[in-house]
Amino acid sequence: MTTRVIAPRRSGPSRIRTGEGVAGWVFTAPIIIILGVFLFIPVLMALWVSVSDWTGRGSPLSGNVSFVGLDNYAAVTTGGGLPERNFGISLRNIAWYTLLVVPLQTILSLFLAVLVSRAILRGRGVFRTAFYFPSVTSTVAIVVLWLFLFSTNGVINEVLSWFGINGPNWFSDPRGIVHIAAGAVGLGAGPEALVSSGFLGITWWEWLAGPSVALSAFILMAVFTTSGTFMLLFVAALQGVGVELGEAGMMDGATGWQRFWHITLPQLRPTLFTVLTLGLIGCWQMFEQIYTGTQGGPGKTTLTPAYLSYQSAFISQDWGQGSAIAFILFVIIIFFTIVQRWLLRERPVSKRRARRYQVRGQRS
Amino acid sequence: MTVTAVGDTAVVSEARPPRRVRSGPSKRLWGQILLYALLVALAIIYIYPFLVAVATSFKSDAEAAVDPISLIPNVFSWAAYETLFGRSAFPLWFMNSTIVTISVTLGRVFFVSLAGYALARLHFRGRGVIFALVIAVMAVPGVVLLIPRFLVLNQIGIYDSYAGMILPLLVDAAGVFIMKNFFESIPVSIEEQARIDGAGTFRVFWSVVLPMARPALITIIILSFQGSWNELSHFIVSTQSPELTTLTKGVASLASGQLSQGSQYPIKLAASVIMTIPVALMFFIFQKKIMSTTEGALKG
Repeated sequence: MTTRVIAPRRSGPSRIRTGEGVAGWVFTAPIIIILGVFLFIPVLMALWVSVSDWTGRGSPLSGNVSFVGLDNYAAVTTGGGLPERNFGISLRNIAWYTLLVVPLQTILSLFLAVLVSRAILRGRGVFRTAFYFPSVTSTVAIVVLWLFLFSTNGVINEVLSWFGINGPNWFSDPRGIVHIAAGAVGLGAGPEALVSSGFLGITWWEWLAGPSVALSAFILMAVFTTSGTFMLLFVAALQGVGVELGEAGMMDGATGWQRFWHITLPQLRPTLFTVLTLGLIGCWQMFEQIYTGTQGGPGKTTLTPAYLSYQSAFISQDWGQGSAIAFILFVIIIFFTIVQRWLLRERPVSKRRARRYQVRGQRS
Repeated sequence: MTVTAVGDTAVVSEARPPRRVRSGPSKRLWGQILLYALLVALAIIYIYPFLVAVATSFKSDAEAAVDPISLIPNVFSWAAYETLFGRSAFPLWFMNSTIVTISVTLGRVFFVSLAGYALARLHFRGRGVIFALVIAVMAVPGVVLLIPRFLVLNQIGIYDSYAGMILPLLVDAAGVFIMKNFFESIPVSIEEQARIDGAGTFRVFWSVVLPMARPALITIIILSFQGSWNELSHFIVSTQSPELTTLTKGVASLASGQLSQGSQYPIKLAASVIMTIPVALMFFIFQKKIMSTTEGALKG
């Protein structure tokens, strides 16, 4: 078979390959043009806007727009004014959001995957479908649903009232949950040391506020919509986990939990890295939920960097600052992407072993 | 895969009893009962929100506020749907979403498979560079493109037009990657035969290779249909006139209360239910395919 294929190639490569160079470029021309015009050039234009004083009138490339250096970047990171404070608040919000969403969605999706894989009777397909369905629906539809479920007299508060809990006014409650907990033990105002100094225009005490009640509803939403997708990744990985190892563990009398922790989990490590970094990258991109649901409110506690970038440019017409925020966000997300690709790079030999080989090589 | 796994477990459970004759089977049975109880409880938590959304869309405003939790309306009412289709811009939004989704899906299938084929099979100078660019593009997060996309659409004069809504979405780097991987997985011998018979490159691609690529093409269709139907951020920055509003943008404006007074949950939920139907249908028809695509994303 192979020889038959190779034979004609060798006999007349020039004849068969004639025009392939041209065809290659013609075939890839549409994607090159579209990526160039709608991705590469736009990013360069925005890079220019982020170091210019363009106000949104006319073209940013016209003569009366001037170069202002890193002023826009300075305004949002060290300016001391409202832009810096807004940027600080958005970073605080997204940091708390990420800190809670990533572990919760990872643990829940792994838990669901293990449950679904353990089911030996019928119906595992039905359960997989049920858990995955929220992932295929649009963010807008889910946000509308969430606004309804978490409304003052909504389903969630109704269920909470069965347990004697008076549910909060979810999407209009700006109190941070760490502050609420601190207030419950009598630390309402916060210690002087944390209130008097701060970072990026907000005090350390505000940094420690935790996600607001409104942002917590979004945290639950993210866990609800992403756990199905990540569950599928874990299900696929669990199918590849060797049965023999688990059997050996059973013979040694290991309990189910010990077997999972010491035998299964280490084998899931690549999937775990994937889920953690995809989760991180996804969290930092949070935009559509805020646009549809709360527009940054209440009290800016659901303001995210992506939404702030949009708001600065399209609503406040402060295009330079909006673009600067977008590029800072870009750098942060690309950093996580590079970390992910580095963690998941193909490495046939582990680092320690590679070092051992190197040492041997040097000695000999 | 599933079948073999189930088979293995069955064999294992048959083989075990001799060792622990008493506790083994009953413990196992209780374990499975507990497992299924947990799975059912979780499945209810995941599915109930969608059921209650459908139920509420048939309730009156007052009933939705008083009794949000029941799945059967006291008084069954089509009022929300009548308002949406009779006295609002909803049909227009639906039409715009349909136009954009169909155009984007058709365009993507064609361009993405052309490029994937070239990158997998054709030998030409610059191929490595183009592929590296496609990989790099996959890492660019969508949200940082909001301002850049608006700038360029405005600059070249297609802001607030169908062209501006559709053209930037026509290429999906992940799709190119999927098609390239697929073309590399099928044997080259059939194409070579067609070439020797004198068919040109495009002819080989169109009538020999593409028909073989049906499974991968279905994957691309699913991904682009779902992606462009659910797309919101690009339409926020590419349009402003009401005539070009899509479902996502329109329903988002309903949700944030720009067009309505009071809560009006039945109308909002009816709109989201209708918006979800096409992707839900797609999901149930291609269920296995969609799930294995997601799983396969990891295996690459």
